[in-house]
Amino acid sequence: MKGNEAIGEAAIAAGCRYFFGYPITPQSELPEYLARRFPEVGGVYLQAESEVAAINMVYGAAATGARVLTSSSSPGISLKQEGISYAAGSELPCLIVNIMRGGPGLGGIQPAQSDYFQATKGGGHGDYKVIVLAPASVQELADMVGTGFDLADKYRNPAMILGDGFLGQMMEPVDFAGIKKSKIVEKTWAVGCKKGRERNVHTSLYLDPEELEKHNIKLAQKYELIAENETMAQEYLTEDAEIVVVAYGLVARICKAAVEKARSEGIRAGVFRPITLWPFPQKELRKAVAAARGVLAVEMSMGQMVEDVRLCLEGRLPVRFYGRAGGMAPTTQAVYEEIKKISLECKGVE
Amino acid sequence: MLKQLILAGFGGQGVLSMGKILAQSGMVEGKEVTWIPSYGPEMRGGTANCAVTVSTSPINSPLVAEPDILVAMSLPSLEKFEPTVKLGGKVFVNSSLIKVEVKRKDITVYQVPANELADELGEVRIANMVMLGAILATEPIVKSATVLEALKKVLPSSKHHLISLNAQALQAGANVVG
Repeated sequence: MKGNEAIGEAAIAAGCRYFFGYPITPQSELPEYLARRFPEVGGVYLQAESEVAAINMVYGAAATGARVLTSSSSPGISLKQEGISYAAGSELPCLIVNIMRGGPGLGGIQPAQSDYFQATKGGGHGDYKVIVLAPASVQELADMVGTGFDLADKYRNPAMILGDGFLGQMMEPVDFAGIKKSKIVEKTWAVGCKKGRERNVHTSLYLDPEELEKHNIKLAQKYELIAENETMAQEYLTEDAEIVVVAYGLVARICKAAVEKARSEGIRAGVFRPITLWPFPQKELRKAVAAARGVLAVEMSMGQMVEDVRLCLEGRLPVRFYGRAGGMAPTTQAVYEEIKKISLECKGVE
Repeated sequence: MLKQLILAGFGGQGVLSMGKILAQSGMVEGKEVTWIPSYGPEMRGGTANCAVTVSTSPINSPLVAEPDILVAMSLPSLEKFEPTVKLGGKVFVNSSLIKVEVKRKDITVYQVPANELADELGEVRIANMVMLGAILATEPIVKSATVLEALKKVLPSSKHHLISLNAQALQAGANVVG
């Protein structure tokens, strides 16, 4: 099954019945899939007139307590940023899928990872965070849909799946029977069907500065809680690794192959893969580099996640960067050569 | 076992389908598989290719920079991918359409007149399965019988009458190299 289609089927499995979106390569198979499947399960699929309209429909559906999904690719996600900021401000849970392509601007339609900053640093205005999950396989794309919805509901916050065009377009076997059952919680805060209770209002408008500051502090406390409790990472051969390669998504798999090649030549290397990009798994990374003498960040961008790696390690280790952009992917061989360079440098220091 | 393939040709020659059927067959045999298409602002007659990996252990990178096997259904795809084939790898050339020699001497070349053989079977669109038959006769990535089983799964029952034609195409391809 294609990655994009797997997201659609997983959304149905997670109890999502609302999708509002607008087509864009390389994620269009997801709306296409749901346009076919949602009517079969009583869902509402709507192709909006624009991304801006779609995200505001998401806002409306989320306010009624519905599990709601939207998806797009880089330029389309830029258009959605205003609505995402509003949803974060109003604490409305929803799931946003970004199947990244190269930018800036219209860029191209080939895979990239150049929206890391936008996703993790609050792409819209205001002090807010979005929970960002980075799958590395078609199975994980499916698994993370339920996880994303659950986290969004748990914290009343938008969550995002950040994939790239390769993940969206590629086919791998995927098992839906085994995916974790998603928890659908009762949302007493939702609007509609007011039966003998106070009116529920969702807004991000606080004209009184004291009120708005209180709201900001409350949000900040929520983000701290998320950062404390919800980090996820995967490690591969990091225990004794002299060189730790940090990469997320599909690139982490390329790095794994490069690390295996390095290991076969006696270079002790490992891979650290953040699964949550926000919150960034800081504690986990610090632990993973305990034996390391050098760190290599690899991305399909000109260097974005590498900043979080450097922030996390606070200058304790040299952090090198290797990236390809515009739809080009790092090859196993190129990553291996970077690892080798660092290994030689480490030996030179001795 | 880890085999990485690039299947390339013109849009409409069925290279993406060939890859999907191979990946599907691998899955039927319980192997690990990945399939990645090239995608772009392309249409029928443009170039198309996909990368397929079939393995008995979990697949790290699904991207294929140096294929073990290249299928070139058209001349531009041979020119583009010939330099990338792994040392000692195999190239399957659609000799019905490609009249030039493969330049590299460090790879094994199989000339398969896929279009002509498909024509003989009365259906030129089955040239891709002829090619797949040739590959599987030299590299037992999956069994030919599994390919037919996979076709039963992916084809709607209204198309099942074409499975015997596919079997003939696989055999025709195998005969060329066998």
